[in-house]
Amino acid sequence: MANNDYRPSQDGAQPTSSQDGSPAIYDLATIPQMAVVRPEEAHTTLTSTPIVAVRNLTKIYIVGQTRVHALQGISLTVKQGEFVTVMGPSGSGKSTFMNLIGCLDRPTQGEYWLAGKLVSHLSNDELADIRNRQVGFVFQGYNLLTRTSALGNVILPMVYAGVSRDERERRGRSVLRLVGLGDRMDHKPSELSGGQQQRVAIARALVNGPSLLLADEPTGNLDSRTSLEIMAVLQALNEQGLTILMVTHEPDIAKFAKRQVAFRDGRIVRDEPVLTPGSAKEDWTKLIKKAAAEHKIQVKEETR
Amino acid sequence: MSSSLQPNQATQSPARPQASPHFVATPLQIFHGQSTRRGSMIGANFAIALEALWSNKLRSLLTALGIFIGVAAVIAALTLTQGAGAFITGSISSLGTNVITVIPGAPTTRGAFGATGTTQSLTQADATALLHIRHVTAVSSIISLSAQVVYGNQNWNTRVQGVNTDFQNIQGWQMAQGTWFSEADNRGGLPVALLGQTVAHSLFDASGTDPVGQMIRIRDQLYRVVGVLQAKGGSFNQDDIVFVPINTALIRLKNSTFVDQIQVQADSSDNVNEVQQNITTVVERLHHIPSGSPDDFRAISSTQLLQTAQQFTQILTSLLVGIAGISLTVGGIGIMNIMIVSVTERTREIGIRMSIGARRSDIRNQFLIEALVLSLIGGVIGMLIGFAFGFLITNATGLPFVITTVSILLPFVISSIIGIVFGLYPAIRASRLDPIVALRTE
Repeated sequence: MANNDYRPSQDGAQPTSSQDGSPAIYDLATIPQMAVVRPEEAHTTLTSTPIVAVRNLTKIYIVGQTRVHALQGISLTVKQGEFVTVMGPSGSGKSTFMNLIGCLDRPTQGEYWLAGKLVSHLSNDELADIRNRQVGFVFQGYNLLTRTSALGNVILPMVYAGVSRDERERRGRSVLRLVGLGDRMDHKPSELSGGQQQRVAIARALVNGPSLLLADEPTGNLDSRTSLEIMAVLQALNEQGLTILMVTHEPDIAKFAKRQVAFRDGRIVRDEPVLTPGSAKEDWTKLIKKAAAEHKIQVKEETR
Repeated sequence: MSSSLQPNQATQSPARPQASPHFVATPLQIFHGQSTRRGSMIGANFAIALEALWSNKLRSLLTALGIFIGVAAVIAALTLTQGAGAFITGSISSLGTNVITVIPGAPTTRGAFGATGTTQSLTQADATALLHIRHVTAVSSIISLSAQVVYGNQNWNTRVQGVNTDFQNIQGWQMAQGTWFSEADNRGGLPVALLGQTVAHSLFDASGTDPVGQMIRIRDQLYRVVGVLQAKGGSFNQDDIVFVPINTALIRLKNSTFVDQIQVQADSSDNVNEVQQNITTVVERLHHIPSGSPDDFRAISSTQLLQTAQQFTQILTSLLVGIAGISLTVGGIGIMNIMIVSVTERTREIGIRMSIGARRSDIRNQFLIEALVLSLIGGVIGMLIGFAFGFLITNATGLPFVITTVSILLPFVISSIIGIVFGLYPAIRASRLDPIVALRTE
């Protein structure tokens, strides 16, 4: 990423439309003000039905003649409003776990309740409906339809949900505005930066109002500044009560969550709350200020 | 309202008025429960399919071409055979339904067309005898030959038919000038001729002379023109003809005693069957054919002739359509091929769609509609081109250009069936993909 784009707009200088869309931060900043979060309400829901409840979840793949135990009896509960990161080395079973939680796959054994409903043994069509309405996916590679505009991508889940055309349009636009892409709705993914594409993916995940947002290494393809922006979006959404389950192997990213779960060899080896979760927004501001300071020095050097 | 974030309860209060006018009152609350029932997926899939086809314009066009050639062939073949059928039907119906044609040849020989002229068995005596059968109003022997007709320096190759005086009634010829030759002309075998409009124009337009009374040459003999026939119109050169008395033709032109066919007119179409049987009995007796032995002639009513002709057109149609069917199959396989390529190319897209909630049936319908649209486009183009071809050919051959509802609907039916049959396998293949594997595909 080009360093000299890290220029805060506050100092009057016009941000040369940075590749990662700096203006978006203003939209982000407004999220907490616009949200009608009632903390007392959020707390009471914590005690109600868990969003995710898995009991003894087992997944065995048969590769040729050998049986691969990808998950060996996972039990985990995620309550309303939690922000959980799943960590672990590759092959630890965290991807398999995410696929099961995202209803892309069925467990070999064990039970999975999503928002109070047993979903581990549903039919393909029922699982598709769960993915459509209850779960929002954010992938490392964004996974947007390349030929379709940002708005078209965001609208797609509503198409499968059977939402009316006008409502799709209205909702799609407002969710894109929420993630700070109000001025880029008709851009194709190829015309958007990685951070913007990931915002489109987040908007798409939110558009049907899911109970759970699943993020699979959402910052894996992004530079550190954009990663912070995406994490700030996720944190803001979490503050509004959205339950988030995120896979990452970067401790720098995991520290923004409220709880960390570590996988190894298909088992949970660590499950602990993050005592003082970092604020991605603050980190981002620091980063910008630092970059701006460096930039000013450079400017002085140039003008001398 | 404490647990409004929970989907199950949110569905019960979908239209909760927002406390804040702002949008972000948490997206969860706003959006939950507002999803209407899945219904209009076909429309959405249609849009998706069109978009996909449009983004691969050249490929879509080439694939549609495979179908278009087949459909164009079917339509051209149909237009052609329908035109031919209409012509044959038209010319046979102009005989009237009460005409029986007696032709030489064994009855075992299939159809009127194959049998004519293969054997010689009918004579003038047969015709004379037939005149005495009850309900028979007119009988004419007919002998046909092709000859060069000359007037002055004008030269024309045409069909010359020897007929008798009754023939005018049987076929309903009207005179434009002069009169039909007389019974005396026929009995004496005199060299007189009647000209069809085409022949009259060809021979006499250049000099501008009145044909009646002029001498023309048929082969090496001189004939006096006694009349010019009114144009029968229609098509296929009905007016390109010269009639001479049957005896004249037998003696002077053919030097034979056998005639090609005998046309018998009954007084009403109700009596056709009876007359037909009596003809058979009379001719059998004249030809000394014992009962039970095969006849050397055949009496066919015009209705039967019509049936035979229709049978012939049907065979022709099915032959042409069969050939077109092969080309359609090839086009269909082309569609299947392209759809399989398309599914493979778009595996990731399929994975994405599945991950955001597309059911297997949604994916299947998307690709099925894509194949359907592809072949329908080919079908419509093929129909237009086919009609254009049919129009050109029928115009060139003088057949009537016939468009029926069937030939308009058929392309749609054919291409829909092809789209579904050949699109189903790729579509099912797409819908069976594992979303996890599909998402991982690059």
